[in-house]
Amino acid sequence: MTTLTPVLSATWDVKDSWTLSTYTKHGGYRGLKKALKKQPGELVQAIKDSGLRGRGGAGFPTGMKWGFLPPDDGKPRYLVINADESEPGTCKDIPTMLSAPHTLIEGVIITSYAIGCNHAFIYLRGEVVHVYRRLINAVREAYEAGHLGKNIHGSGFDLDVTIHSGAGAYICGEETALLDSLEGRRGQPRLKPPFPAVAGLYARPTVVNNVESIASVPAIIDRGVAWFTGMGTERSRGMGFFSLSGHVERPGQYEAPLGITLRELLEFAGGMRGGRPLKFWTPGGSSTPIFTDAHLDTPLDYESVGAAGSMLGTRALQIFDDTTCVVRAVMRWTEFYKHESCGKCTPCREGTFWLTQVLKRIEKGHGTPADIQQLLDTCDSIAGRSFCALGDGATSSVISSVKLFRDEFEQHVSTGECPFDHAASALFTYSDSLEGAHA
Amino acid sequence: MTYDETTLAQLRDDAADIVSRYPVKRSALLPMLHLVQSVDGFVSPDGIRFCAERLDLSAAEVSAVATFYTQYKRRPNGEYQVGVCVNTLCAVMGGDRIWDELSEHVGVGNDETTADGKVTLERLECNAACDYAPVMMVNWEFFDNQTPDSAKQVVDDLRAGKDVAPTRGPAKVCTFKEVSRVLAGFDDGRANEDQGVGAPTLAGVKAAKAQGWKEGKK
Repeated sequence: MTTLTPVLSATWDVKDSWTLSTYTKHGGYRGLKKALKKQPGELVQAIKDSGLRGRGGAGFPTGMKWGFLPPDDGKPRYLVINADESEPGTCKDIPTMLSAPHTLIEGVIITSYAIGCNHAFIYLRGEVVHVYRRLINAVREAYEAGHLGKNIHGSGFDLDVTIHSGAGAYICGEETALLDSLEGRRGQPRLKPPFPAVAGLYARPTVVNNVESIASVPAIIDRGVAWFTGMGTERSRGMGFFSLSGHVERPGQYEAPLGITLRELLEFAGGMRGGRPLKFWTPGGSSTPIFTDAHLDTPLDYESVGAAGSMLGTRALQIFDDTTCVVRAVMRWTEFYKHESCGKCTPCREGTFWLTQVLKRIEKGHGTPADIQQLLDTCDSIAGRSFCALGDGATSSVISSVKLFRDEFEQHVSTGECPFDHAASALFTYSDSLEGAHA
Repeated sequence: MTYDETTLAQLRDDAADIVSRYPVKRSALLPMLHLVQSVDGFVSPDGIRFCAERLDLSAAEVSAVATFYTQYKRRPNGEYQVGVCVNTLCAVMGGDRIWDELSEHVGVGNDETTADGKVTLERLECNAACDYAPVMMVNWEFFDNQTPDSAKQVVDDLRAGKDVAPTRGPAKVCTFKEVSRVLAGFDDGRANEDQGVGAPTLAGVKAAKAQGWKEGKK
């Protein structure tokens, strides 16, 4: 049995966990003190050696990303934290920043010191106002304690941190769209190359990292690389959040070594709701191809999930039991991508629109036998042909669900109705129909 | 612009504060649009002209940005933005039913405001609280694990002018304008208010403790 490993979440149940005093009492800012005694290059090397990979979905090695910055030319370079957590199913960064914002702030300071940045930005999605308050408060506390500002703890290193609120756009989680948004523009992705490491914020060298990646840095520096590499698998080192949601008894945030399986996680979470059978789940958010009960023992690390045909993504495990209509689920995810497509490129803008039309038709029982192939053909016009990963992500659930549950799509078409009782999926009971009221 | 002198002076001071946070002033545009909403309750034509003037942009450039983001409202918004998550996970767990009943109860649909100007309803996409499904947001505060009845109660209380507390967050939900000011980066002193940590947030820590894990042990 794999052991859970709370690190970032270790103090979440402590009173006033978000304050500097609580954080410091539990070992906070010890990593910063150690970091400031080292050379920046040693820190970059330590993070490379730790094997830490980006926790925002792509899994790119964090230390390598830092290493891509060109040599210092005396002009500004930036660290930008991607706190635009919006991928359906993903709900780990918000509780981290709400319950322990200083893990992120300390990580920002250490990382900035390592890459030679004197002004860091945290781009937070706009729809979580209490998180914004907590971050502003944490930054103020950090300035007052001398962790931020000029000549931090006599090191000669200066750092300012700006918390920036977005305004509602999933696409701003794409790093170059995020940078455009932070520059005060519409959040649309940029052509790459140049990559942000070369020309990012204000066309200066920029590192863009996810909240969880950077919040993991203080513990690695404090406890050492060997401690971190002692967890996880050979190529997926360390711990990470596994966010269980949906039809499980105890949904929530489970911090565990990479490589844990859903079967193990379900045991911690009290099993499926009411002991019902597992039908399908996403291993890493709605942009990752769905899995079924055949994948209960797939190790949840980057390589194993990839080999099984999906992606580890953000470890957002949305879990659905046998009451759930897969067509309905996929239709809603697709509506989301249609809503969030930035409109810059045609395959994604038009493709997600047409996918939604066809899926709605099938779900309502008005589909034709040709519609199922139409879905796959449309996906073929989007995946690999879109400007950024949003388009690819939009096709994942469609393609994988048709592959795994084609009979269910066909049943909607042949019987002319959805065979599922939506009420059976809900957490509360209801019976009478109100469908379509002001929808 | 039709702002009176006092309002305009305050807006200019606040805009200068926002601009000072960035190396390049155009970066101030998103927070400044939140600031405009904190005064006008939406991104007004006046507000667009104000941002354009402060940031040396054209009104068209400001409008192009304002229309891209869903949190910027193009017409006067209700005092409370009530969003029911209808993305897959929440919808399946009951969000669809909550939306149907709430919308029927209040008598308005998506992106519509009640006649008393109190409540604007929104069909919300994922708000990063899936472990608390079904979720409702009021002015971007969390209302976790909702039912149709609990959602209707919240909206009734808001319309009756009562203070309403979210399930996670501050002691009460602030108004749309007040919250917009926070999002522009102006602290309202509520950061230390707390409704407690929810069970899903602590589920892993609790399970780890049951395994014999202790905080502080490496």
